Amino acid sequence: MSQAKVSYRPSEEVDFLIVGSGAAGGVLAKELSANGFRVVVLEQGPYLTETDFTHDEIKVSNQHLLTNNPHTQPTTFRKTLEEKAHIQHSVMYGRCVGGSSVHFTANFWRFHEIDFIERSKVGEIPGTGFVDWPIRYADLEPYYTKVEWEIGVSGLAGASPFDPPRSKPYPMPPLPVKGSGVIFERASRKLGYHPFPAPMAILSQPRPGRSACVNCGFCLGFGCEVGAKSTALSTVIRMAEKTGRCEIRPNSYAHKIATDKTGRATGVVYFDDKKNARLQRAKAVVVCANGAETPRLLLLSATNQFPNGLANSSGLVGKYLMPNSAAIAYGVFEEPLNDYKGFAVSRMFHDFYELDQKLGIYGGGGLDARFGLTPIGFATGALPPGTPRWGTDFKKALHENYTRTMQIFCHGSSLPVESNSFSLDPEVKDAWGLPALRMTYQDSANDLKLVNWMKDRAMEILDVAGAKSKWHQPIASQQFAVHFLGTCRMGKDPQSSVINPDHRTHDVPNLFLCDGSSLVTSGRGQPTMTIQALAYRAADRITALAKKGDLPS
Amino acid sequence: MVAAAQHAHQAAASKQSFEVLTPDQAKEVEAIAARIIPTDELPGATEAGVVYFIDRALKTFASDALPLYQTGLVAVNRAAAQMFPGVKSFSVATPEQQDKILTEGFAGEWPELGPLGNGTRTYVPDFCQTVWLHTVWGFLVDPEGGGNRDFAGWKVIGHDPAHSFSPPFGYYDKDYPGWQPFPAETGKK
Repeated sequence: MSQAKVSYRPSEEVDFLIVGSGAAGGVLAKELSANGFRVVVLEQGPYLTETDFTHDEIKVSNQHLLTNNPHTQPTTFRKTLEEKAHIQHSVMYGRCVGGSSVHFTANFWRFHEIDFIERSKVGEIPGTGFVDWPIRYADLEPYYTKVEWEIGVSGLAGASPFDPPRSKPYPMPPLPVKGSGVIFERASRKLGYHPFPAPMAILSQPRPGRSACVNCGFCLGFGCEVGAKSTALSTVIRMAEKTGRCEIRPNSYAHKIATDKTGRATGVVYFDDKKNARLQRAKAVVVCANGAETPRLLLLSATNQFPNGLANSSGLVGKYLMPNSAAIAYGVFEEPLNDYKGFAVSRMFHDFYELDQKLGIYGGGGLDARFGLTPIGFATGALPPGTPRWGTDFKKALHENYTRTMQIFCHGSSLPVESNSFSLDPEVKDAWGLPALRMTYQDSANDLKLVNWMKDRAMEILDVAGAKSKWHQPIASQQFAVHFLGTCRMGKDPQSSVINPDHRTHDVPNLFLCDGSSLVTSGRGQPTMTIQALAYRAADRITALAKKGDLPS
Repeated sequence: MVAAAQHAHQAAASKQSFEVLTPDQAKEVEAIAARIIPTDELPGATEAGVVYFIDRALKTFASDALPLYQTGLVAVNRAAAQMFPGVKSFSVATPEQQDKILTEGFAGEWPELGPLGNGTRTYVPDFCQTVWLHTVWGFLVDPEGGGNRDFAGWKVIGHDPAHSFSPPFGYYDKDYPGWQPFPAETGKK
């Protein structure tokens, strides 16, 4: 604990109440408090710090130290709107101060110009709600740069010929190359691709109070014990607290946005750590609860005045869910890579960012070389198909393969399909008695074609690289998501979007949303950088509105 | 210590008590784990102290699985006696016999048991899969998590327990000359 942190009484009307302390909520907390506003951030999970983080895989992965717990917060799943959903762990997100940025891989790609205007370029795609963004890459570029410099991103400007324009180089050089990166780079170059050092939100050089990456390897899925991963926790949350105007309130589970009879938000009702319901009053509310929980909170906040949920006059709250498409190929090599050391990704390429339309596939993606596994995850999920599951041969495979395996991860776009959505389950409740999150999802034929195509390219790369053996995870329609994009999309038209380009909901003038739900398209598989750039931009817009008196309480 | 060297698991069992497993149950769990990850020139589940990890797990975060163990351990001994007359329990069978019993267990071929105390049915493969998973956990978890004694599991897979590393990390990156830019004419679309 540092020096006296500010705390507000729930009855005290603060300027901004932010729901969620993750990638977006953390940035907004920092920016708004730095701009002089009094801010409370409600985080449903605990306030863990570096000393609470551990390499204990069971505690982290199986006991959900950092993520939502499916036993207390069950989710349900169905493929189509006609089916009855069943209980299934279909949604995983960070549930601690810092949100999913605490455990994420830290791949940190900007979106490219095309992501904002692709609908205009490729035309209508039947069966989808594919549209352009109301803003352009150029609008976000200063904020992308701000993210890189403020939180610390490692990378090499200009290394990829496909990169969009940038106003400044990265603040620090790329992380070291790994064996998987060298193998991937050599084979990709042979095939005519343009591999480059992956931009990562992990420090390659120390910053005040934070170590450079020590290459411990427990990165994806884990909290960083040395503060090298540029999470919301290790960066903006601390900056927000230093202003003396921002209270981070953990173990506070928001479940209703309170409104008055004029239809304005007056605060947020949440369960405290003893399951007592409390109301924190605020002049304005900013929901950054992630693309699953933000629409759920709006739907839970239905009133007689807003019977379909708050800010839902468009009927689009929770819809157009885009989880990004993904495929993973594995290769085993002759010599040890020891790729468990380091971090996840050191090399990648963007040659498939915009696929040739002659292929008949919309969208595109990026491929990266990685080892995103730790010992138990490896033993339970990454041995070649057909390997005996127990006995001498199982042990032999563990012994030979752990140090010699790498993965190529194919990340791709998702099309926005209206039926792919989050809604409230009509029957299943969580441990607080609230309706469970229900996910309805089926990959579009196009998205499946895209991941299959990328998977084939990944297998070719492993072949050219001389892998002793190679395989890929079966490609099937996804039933589990960690990216929840597009579920409260931004747009100018109140009938076809939930928030305006200032992140203000069309229906409630003092209610703002900013997180993965704001995205209009899905990018190519790495949304966090864009979510944070949007959050910096949203903070500027909201501050301007407040300063010109457009947010009266 | 001489005894420990000769009969590692028995010696260990005598100097460390169990929290929820009876000594007889522990003997069977240890024997099953030892076939899932056998000991050869490299340590196996026994040397990693997997049975102690499982015992502690059944008392704490995996307490839900205790009824499954209790009925499953009866089932494994019954299957042993049925398959090999005169063999009273899994742990006294020969390794070859044990592998045959386990093969049938994973395939769900053991005689079905009655309902668990909590009313749910015992499915033999659930028991085998659960012991399998707990064995892998106990073998490979960071010792902070209560298993992988003396880093036995990490020795087998080649995971260095240090908390920080410097490049080069392995064979393929040791002669890497550094990233080279692409010729200027390559690029956009």
